[in-house]
Amino acid sequence: MADKELDARGLNCPLPILRTKKMLNELTGGQTLRVVATDPGAVKDFQAFAKQTGNELLESGETNGEFTFILKKKA
Amino acid sequence: MSEAKKLAIIATKGTLDWAYPPFILASTAAALGYEVQVFFTFYGLQLLRKKLELKVSPLGNPGMPMKMPFGPKWFKGINWNIPNLVQSLVPGYESLATTLMKQTVKNNGVASIPELRELCQEAEVKFIACQMTVELFGFQHSDFIDGLEFGGAATFFEFAGESDICLFI
Repeated sequence: MADKELDARGLNCPLPILRTKKMLNELTGGQTLRVVATDPGAVKDFQAFAKQTGNELLESGETNGEFTFILKKKA
Repeated sequence: MSEAKKLAIIATKGTLDWAYPPFILASTAAALGYEVQVFFTFYGLQLLRKKLELKVSPLGNPGMPMKMPFGPKWFKGINWNIPNLVQSLVPGYESLATTLMKQTVKNNGVASIPELRELCQEAEVKFIACQMTVELFGFQHSDFIDGLEFGGAATFFEFAGESDICLFI
């Protein structure tokens, strides 16, 4: 179970990333955030977001057109 | 945060379509940890007004698809090829195109301009309005949203000169 959840379904670029960033601000280092999105561009964007911000992308998957990401906030 | 990357943007366009790139890039860069400044000049000043009246014009823009944001899928897929002459003569054509674009934006879960602008300000993106064009176009400082800085080209270069990315939009 992640520490927090973000429902970004139906949102398009750049909103999933912006909401994710906002929610990560509410977490402390090491805590996890689970994001569900439907924007197909999100897959690459979350990889890029993790790489550039140092927050770790623990999981990235797809089921029935919904993308799920689990991010671990940078310590 | 002195080692943060810096993005400097010059926003010069004042239509609904061209309002997107500066606000999308600025807010995203801020989310990625960039320090961001946007310098609004000429028509770009429209993007900072309290009362946004941004429109989009398909007239003379052959790259812009004209599609309907409602109805069955086959209907939405039609690209309405409307001659420039008709576009220029029909009163309210621009307003109609603007309404259709705003609906399409909504249908696709794309943020509105006021929303993106607010997200930028929340993320501490710094907005600078070009004082020279404010005067040139007869605007008052009170026409614009709060939290702006008013300055000139030299103000912009102070930040742009140290930026990692600098864009003219």
